[in-house]
Amino acid sequence: MSSNMASSSAGSGDSSAARKNSKRPKYSKFTQQELPACKPILTPGWVISTFLIVSVIFIPLGVISLFASQDVVEIVDRYDNDCIPAPARTNKVAFIQGAAPKSCNRTLTVTKRMKQPIYVYYQLENFYQNHRRYVKSRSDSQLRSPKFENQISACKPEDDAGGKPIVPCGLIAWSLFNDTYTLSRNNTPLAVNKKGIAWKSDKEHKFGNKVFPKNFQKGNLTGGATLNPDIPLSEQEDLIVWMRTAALPTFRKLYGKIETDLENGDTIQVTLQNNYNTYSFSGKKKLVLSTTSWLGGKNDFLGIAYLTVGGICFFLALAFTIMYLVKPRRLGDPSYLSWNRNPGGGR
Amino acid sequence: MAGGRIRRRLNLNNIYAFTCRKSTFQEDHSQIGGPGFSRVVYCNEPNSPAAERRSYAGNYVRSTKYSPASFVPKSLFEQFRRVANFYFLVTGILSLTPLSPYGAVSALLPLGLVIAASMVKEGIEDWGRKRQDIEVNNRKVKVHGGDDGMFREEEWRELRVGDIVRVEKEEFFPADLLLLSSSYEDSVCYVETMNLDGETNLKVKQGLEATSSRLHEDFDFKEFKAVVRCEDPNADLYTFVGTLHLEEQRLPLSVQQLLLRDSKLRNTEYVYGAVVFTGHDTKVIQNSTVPPSKRSRIERKMDKIIYMMFGVVFLMSFIGSIIFGIVTREDRGGKTERWYLKPDEAEIFFDPERAPMAAIYHFLTAVMLYSYFIPISLYVSIEIVKVLQSIFINSDILMYYEETDKPAHARTSNLNEELGMVDTVLSDKTGTLTCNSMEFIKCSIAGTGYGRGVTEVERSMAMRSGGSALADDLNVAADRSGPKIEGFNFQDERVMRGNWVKQREASVLQKFFRLLAVCHTAIPETDEATGTVSYEAESPDEAAFVVAARELGFEFFSRTQNGISIRELDLETGKKVERVYRLLNVLEFNSARKRMSVIVRDEDGKLLLLSKGADNVMFERLARNGRTFEEKTREHVDEYADAGLRTLILAYREVDEDEYVKFSKNFNEAKSSVTEDRESLIDEITDQMERDLILLGATAVEDKLQNGVPDCIDKLAQAGIKIWVLTGDKMETAINIGFACSLLRQEMKQIIINLETPQIKALEKAGEKDVIEQASRESVVKQMEEGKALITRGPSDTDSHEAFALIIDGKSLTYALEDDFKQKFLDLATGCASVICCRSSPKQKALVTRLVKSGTGKTTLAIGDGANDVGMLQEADIGVGISGVEGMQAVMSSDLAIAQFRYLERLLLVHGHWCYSRISSMICYFFYKNITFGVTLFLYEAYTSFSAQPAYNDWFLSLFNVFFSSLPVIALGVFDQDVSARFCYKFPLLYQEGVQNLLFSWKRIIGWMFNGLISALAIFFICKQSQEHQLYNPNGKTAGRDILGGTMYTCVVWVVNLQMVLAISYFTWVQHIVIWGSVALWYIFLMIYGAITPTFSTDAYKVFLEALAPAPSYWLTTLLVMIFALVPYFVFKSVQMRYFPGYHQMIQWIRHEGQSNDPEFVEMVRQRSIKTTTVGSTARRAASVRRSGRFHDQLNKNTIAISREEK
Repeated sequence: MSSNMASSSAGSGDSSAARKNSKRPKYSKFTQQELPACKPILTPGWVISTFLIVSVIFIPLGVISLFASQDVVEIVDRYDNDCIPAPARTNKVAFIQGAAPKSCNRTLTVTKRMKQPIYVYYQLENFYQNHRRYVKSRSDSQLRSPKFENQISACKPEDDAGGKPIVPCGLIAWSLFNDTYTLSRNNTPLAVNKKGIAWKSDKEHKFGNKVFPKNFQKGNLTGGATLNPDIPLSEQEDLIVWMRTAALPTFRKLYGKIETDLENGDTIQVTLQNNYNTYSFSGKKKLVLSTTSWLGGKNDFLGIAYLTVGGICFFLALAFTIMYLVKPRRLGDPSYLSWNRNPGGGR
Repeated sequence: MAGGRIRRRLNLNNIYAFTCRKSTFQEDHSQIGGPGFSRVVYCNEPNSPAAERRSYAGNYVRSTKYSPASFVPKSLFEQFRRVANFYFLVTGILSLTPLSPYGAVSALLPLGLVIAASMVKEGIEDWGRKRQDIEVNNRKVKVHGGDDGMFREEEWRELRVGDIVRVEKEEFFPADLLLLSSSYEDSVCYVETMNLDGETNLKVKQGLEATSSRLHEDFDFKEFKAVVRCEDPNADLYTFVGTLHLEEQRLPLSVQQLLLRDSKLRNTEYVYGAVVFTGHDTKVIQNSTVPPSKRSRIERKMDKIIYMMFGVVFLMSFIGSIIFGIVTREDRGGKTERWYLKPDEAEIFFDPERAPMAAIYHFLTAVMLYSYFIPISLYVSIEIVKVLQSIFINSDILMYYEETDKPAHARTSNLNEELGMVDTVLSDKTGTLTCNSMEFIKCSIAGTGYGRGVTEVERSMAMRSGGSALADDLNVAADRSGPKIEGFNFQDERVMRGNWVKQREASVLQKFFRLLAVCHTAIPETDEATGTVSYEAESPDEAAFVVAARELGFEFFSRTQNGISIRELDLETGKKVERVYRLLNVLEFNSARKRMSVIVRDEDGKLLLLSKGADNVMFERLARNGRTFEEKTREHVDEYADAGLRTLILAYREVDEDEYVKFSKNFNEAKSSVTEDRESLIDEITDQMERDLILLGATAVEDKLQNGVPDCIDKLAQAGIKIWVLTGDKMETAINIGFACSLLRQEMKQIIINLETPQIKALEKAGEKDVIEQASRESVVKQMEEGKALITRGPSDTDSHEAFALIIDGKSLTYALEDDFKQKFLDLATGCASVICCRSSPKQKALVTRLVKSGTGKTTLAIGDGANDVGMLQEADIGVGISGVEGMQAVMSSDLAIAQFRYLERLLLVHGHWCYSRISSMICYFFYKNITFGVTLFLYEAYTSFSAQPAYNDWFLSLFNVFFSSLPVIALGVFDQDVSARFCYKFPLLYQEGVQNLLFSWKRIIGWMFNGLISALAIFFICKQSQEHQLYNPNGKTAGRDILGGTMYTCVVWVVNLQMVLAISYFTWVQHIVIWGSVALWYIFLMIYGAITPTFSTDAYKVFLEALAPAPSYWLTTLLVMIFALVPYFVFKSVQMRYFPGYHQMIQWIRHEGQSNDPEFVEMVRQRSIKTTTVGSTARRAASVRRSGRFHDQLNKNTIAISREEK
């Protein structure tokens, strides 16, 4: 690519410019807009090689990503419907709000070996954790320090109970997910580690270790889970995870980790307490056991997308090559210029 | 002091024979004291209680837009008048309410920054005006200090009504003054009104005898008292009605006694005057209109885009609100009750029981959220860009004029891109195209041509054809050294340095030069130190004649009452002798007579009539025996005219005594008659006298074009810009100049519209106003219709190269510009290749400009140098002032000032094109990036059940426009060059891109917006899909809103900046820094912002270092989005560049490769790009080629036939 050519004035700025009090503009390549510059234009070479390079990079990346995703083993079990006793299914909301026992047993089969750590998630669907009213309904300062216990203005209507501030206040905390899972493999309990499921920064900086739940779920209506008032918020990892609101209405949240490998063919019994009401808004609940790869969970999207884009670019490289060969340019044919065809424009 | 008076005691009535200058009491004076005529001025006692009671305005003149007190409110108001800013103000206020989807600070801060930046810019601009005011108001003038007879220097601003001032030669008048007396006995003074009406000739003003007779010196004012009663301040420069009460006398005052502010005292040692109008009451300031604030076409279109964007925003908000309303209603204990939102305890904004209200409130919230569709920083960015562009224009070394030390100066930066869209240039003549100096360059004496000087026109034509015979002359002319004499550019050793005596026709030569030295009205001025004589003449060509005579050995050195004294060479003795010619009569020049004569008696007692005039009137007045050289002279005259010179024929005759006595008697009678046919009587008598002349020869004076004017006009014509000349000059002069700068050429059909027809003249003699008007109107309309018919018929049956030129004079223009006919006039004018309006008043210039502007809807540029061009400059879309040697009026009211007309070429073709292409790309890109950003917000909102939850953190939102995408777009606007300056010159037709507005067409705008939509869709859906289920990193953590927001935002920053990389065509280190810097800045910001306490950073706390950066999926997603979002544009651009290149893209190709390996092709593009022009020197050369050989025509026909077959 050519660099800029200095125009005729290049030499004119030297000696005479030194004259005193002259208003003569100072000469420099900058002020005369003659800076050396790269002036790229899309020549066939550039176009084709760009597409080729992209496809050369993208296709392998796609393959790697796809493999990573394929390596992940994931067991998903939707239980919201099945965990309602058949007779109660006509009015699920009444059931879930009622006092009947909510215990429910599920059996999962491991179809492929799962190496530890295996993550246990619950997945909610059609749950708008990203609703503006919901997102705003929290008090960050109150969560961080007992000093700000009374900063509850953002939390309405879940701000106080009988005039006393609720800690943690707000709709998010109030609607804390309260299904519980107890796992066992071949009738031996499978330990689910509930520590270390929250982001470190949340635990250390956003949720104070001197802040204890107060008046929580003491309002006229109980939302979700209750909290142990003796454990500081920084240790209430379920709450911390829950309060990092999800971006989309379908989301998973980490429940715990299984720190043993699961073998192919293992069956896992899950005893769960189906407490959480997703029925009133037709939300689904799922239990997910998943391993991870370097890329995260099971999601073929990135791999496929990379392969597709790489493929498209390869195709485009081909197409352009053919096009350039078959139809060599009529480079700069002035007849393209509309105003040359209609001489009305300029006299 | 008295010396001056004695030195020039001369009878001016002799010179200004026809001017009657005595004012009498007219009806107007009876109105004094009545309404509109209430001003009372107590001369020389401004402190008297009576004067103070009047409390007239001071002489302080203010041209600033703001005062210190009004600056803040007024400029704020100006800012919020822009609908976009107002919108942001409203959203800013709304953001203080609970409706807001984001924090108030993040909405108000960018608005504050933007408004502050704009206000600072306004402030700086106004400060410039303020400084000018200070300069003007602090000029010094001598003022009479009360009653002690002493004059002291005071600043202009201190002047009060009634003060007596003394103004010296070459000084400007500080206010409107009543002339009391001057250094001349009869209290005459000469005034140059260049700043008022642009006329360069001197005007004569004369004080009343009653005052001049008693006031001669400073001391005389000690006891002087007088009262002036006169009209109130008004804008009419040519009338003044007042009465002077002087010691029981009541004397009528007229405009003859009024010296106007900003005009200049010339040729007179000093005058005394009483201040009548001060400051803003003065006529010149009353005349000055408020400079219209001009906005460029692009900005006006941009407003439309903004309205369109408002439409989109409201539509999206509306859709969102409806869905939101429906969804919210569902929460009313229905099947989809989202209990976690506690709908039964919701405030009004989310209350399912009052869903319609909630929807309405949501609408407001959404409008705020989508405010990111409207680029808040657009205006301020454009302003910054334009200021920087102006700095580049100002510092362009190729537009710097060494001689006057003046660089180009963009006074307002609003109109830079408009420079790239100019369709019609309306140019003043004097001082703009021409230097306003006449140069005696050639003459033809006794049928022999003398003078080897080369005119600008010849030079330009010679340059073009390259290497012709003229090129040698060119070198000679260039080599010419030695002190250059102003007005004289005559080179011929046959007659120079007294050599003329050796010529065969020496006696004719002598008569010729003597005539030059005697037949004029110039006044000599001898510099006592050096003895050299200089001249003050009414017109510069007259000065050129006297100078020429002096240089050729006939030095006119004194004008007395008796006559004209000349030092000349005596043919017999060969010595210099002083001769006095007794001046008997001057037969003045006027446009009807087209000649002037003097009658003198030489020392031998012979009576001579010396005459000079235009060829058409002179040749018919020659005596039968005086036509010896007629044929040769005619040839020469035609030659000169073709070279763009102004010719005059010189002839004389001897008058016998009886004839003169008779003439003298008749002439004096006629002069003193008061009947209405006085003028025609004089005409008749002089006509009788100026007959039977003997031809001496012809002179050729170059109305010197400014350097490079023909070239520049040619280039502009090639760029498809139409050029109109609007001048106050005579028709002949204007036509001459038209020829000189190739706007007219020989075979062009001239359509001349004037009212010089015998019929009209006859009516004028009859003097019935209505009848004259009616007849004139009819005549003009008829002429226009004829012209139009000629044009429509024209090209079809005759040579297609035939072009038309329209020449119209001021009087006709008055009628042509009437509402009923102006469309007709415009049709006619646009059908002509050249339009020249002569004898046009400043007002007409402005009207014509307005007509072109509004009639064609195209961009007009007016260029001029004098105060008479002010109206035109202000009326045009762009006013360009020529910063000449003096007279700043035009520059002050212009938008841009350049030192020379020829810089217009660079200004338009290079800077104009660049600015246009930059600004239009910039605006397109601005909307692109904001749509990209805004649509991601909208899409995300759709996934939050339209609850107006933004996808990004508050600060991300507010800083997008300010930090992460602002600098590259500014760099685009300031530095980008689609085509380098060299190629702009080489392919002038490139300019048409601007004229046709191809780079800012709706197609392109919508295309860019569509591109933004594609980018946004790519960003949102790829990010959303890649984080589906939100299993995000190897540690099993899930991604929340913060992470999706962070990823999306990263993608947006990358995509818009990479899009910028693809869009620009000129990549300097500046671009590298700002583009990669913006991306880097985002990461740096994210880290810094993420590191501060979560109180402030909320959900962005540590989001990058902890969550995003360690996750490979984040980086992979970014890369994927980056490429995917840009592929459509890249494909589009590749195809377009290759197969459908725009004009600038073709030139880019040529620069890139074609230049070296395919010269034929380059030439082809170039040839085809240069349209066959009908004006300019290229066209003229082409025409002379056509004339020279008819076979070319044949050749052309063959080519056409061949090319048709090909098709």
